[in-house]
Amino acid sequence: MAEIKNYTMNFGPQHPAAHGVLRLVLELDGEVVERADPHIGLLHRATEKLAEHKTFLQSVPYMDRLDYVSMMCNEHAYVMAIEKLAGIEVPLRAQYIRVMFDEITRILNHLLWLGASGMDLGAMTMFFYTFREREDLMDVYEAVSGARMHAAYYRPGGVYRDLPDTMPQYQASKIHNASAIKRMNANRQGSLLDFLEDFTNRFPACVDEYETLLTDNRIWKQRTVGIGVVSPERALAMGFTGPMLRGSGVEWDLRKKQPYEVYDRLDFDIPVGVEGDCYDRYLVRIEEMRQANRIIRQCIDWLRKNPGPVITESHKFAPPKREAMKQNMEELIHHFKLFTEGMHVPAGEVYSAVEHPKGEFGIYLVSDGANKPYRLKIRAPGYPHLASLNEMSRGHMLADVVAIIGTQDIVFGEIDR
Amino acid sequence: MAEDLNKLGERLREVFAGKAVSLENRLGELTLVIDAADLLEVFTRLRDDEKFRFAQLTDLCGVDYSTYGSDASDGGVYLAADDARAAEFKGRFAVVYHLLSVERNARLRVRVFARDDAMPALDSAIEVWPSANWFEREAFDLYGIVFLGHPDLRRILTDYGFIGNPFRKDFPLSGHVEMRYDPAQQRVVYQPVSIEPREITPRIVREETYGCN
Repeated sequence: MAEIKNYTMNFGPQHPAAHGVLRLVLELDGEVVERADPHIGLLHRATEKLAEHKTFLQSVPYMDRLDYVSMMCNEHAYVMAIEKLAGIEVPLRAQYIRVMFDEITRILNHLLWLGASGMDLGAMTMFFYTFREREDLMDVYEAVSGARMHAAYYRPGGVYRDLPDTMPQYQASKIHNASAIKRMNANRQGSLLDFLEDFTNRFPACVDEYETLLTDNRIWKQRTVGIGVVSPERALAMGFTGPMLRGSGVEWDLRKKQPYEVYDRLDFDIPVGVEGDCYDRYLVRIEEMRQANRIIRQCIDWLRKNPGPVITESHKFAPPKREAMKQNMEELIHHFKLFTEGMHVPAGEVYSAVEHPKGEFGIYLVSDGANKPYRLKIRAPGYPHLASLNEMSRGHMLADVVAIIGTQDIVFGEIDR
Repeated sequence: MAEDLNKLGERLREVFAGKAVSLENRLGELTLVIDAADLLEVFTRLRDDEKFRFAQLTDLCGVDYSTYGSDASDGGVYLAADDARAAEFKGRFAVVYHLLSVERNARLRVRVFARDDAMPALDSAIEVWPSANWFEREAFDLYGIVFLGHPDLRRILTDYGFIGNPFRKDFPLSGHVEMRYDPAQQRVVYQPVSIEPREITPRIVREETYGCN
């Protein structure tokens, strides 16, 4: 008989199941993981240092590129930090728009997670299903900001512009003839809110479809039930937030516990797991998508009834209207100063956190009164999650490491910053 | 709803009477400054005491206060100015801890200044909160702050074999070295940076009343 040897195995940095550039050094005893040492930083761009050399407004697009599957939520924490420090009043309509897009982003993120981690564990179909729905939400992003992913839509003091009255249409091509195009454009005839309402009507049935494929699926359960179990105490001590924490049974959601924007006016529930394993975290995320859908519906309803401004009137932080800028000296000066020198945020420090799809995304901002941040620290939710990979995967089989990386919802844009 | 900050502040004052260097309640956030020598004692108390129960270390980061309030710069590096407010701080390097109590729904920021500017060192909080592990590695990597008692203090975000602490204010934005593939040697080589440092928008500090007339 051959002796069983200990291996040290290198996993990544270019491995499809590593969700980006993760290099993992695994010490194996046969097929059992003894130690996992993640090497991160392969995508380190020093976003925080770059922000120290940019004006406050110039850093907004950098936020999109942190967690590049939940773009607007990142922006949200950043603009909220500036607003808190500078005491900017955000119009109510802008708050509703932001909440609505936060929830759209949550669905986008969870759909990508579901597709990718389903594929990691052998459920190839999930990816096609989830990307079908993601496409519609990407179009919503595009309609409102012009970009499908890196929106840069939130601004200190509100959002860049109001929701559009029309949706972009498909054009006829060699592949789709005129009648097919007409069918595809059927739900795009009205405003963005009409399109989104149509989506929220369809979406619960889509989630049912995903659940039919996975929830009672024998293989899915064999791969996730009892894998990567974390106790509630341990989850808190290791810095878990979001679905990772709620999967372990801790009822903690910033939207409920420390409400920001208009979350305290909306009706939604917080799903909580019991066992703290990969399967429970999957169920939590599925339910979060349904709840996000509910929140979006309430926002659509409110936004239909309440027109109004979407960005603050204070021209120290938001540019004046284009027509006013062309006619009025005072407005012209404001516009010029805002886009050359930038806004000045009063000296002080602030920590603002949002319930990001992956957990608590925080921005710690230190300002010394200049037109650039003195120090910007990004608290990425995935960072402590990945740090616990060693503890979560110890004693599991090699194939379970993939399940655990999947359940942590790792994105390297935010971890490496 | 979140806990009343004034009450929490009073309790902190009571419990850490001799230890709190300062306690500030601003913008709805509490900031406690403590001395580096008391760090572990205060942290253990904050975690275990019935009145606080800060079970989670949400965030930990290093800060370099050396150029605070200054808008002088040279070659992509910010410089300290004579009249700058950096002197308000008790040291160049500080570590800022953000704590969260899920049980009492409260947040607290704790700032600890490292005593030695040339060789900043603090006790590691890893025994109190295991999540400090990677956060401390990050602060060590980016600021060169040493955490005594950390079992595995390696660089984490920068490249293998990186030299320097990139987030210090005296480290230029474009760095010191660049790398390229050298066809002659058939390997990647490092060389001094060839790009000129540039600043698109200068850093400007205004007095607080600027533009308010």
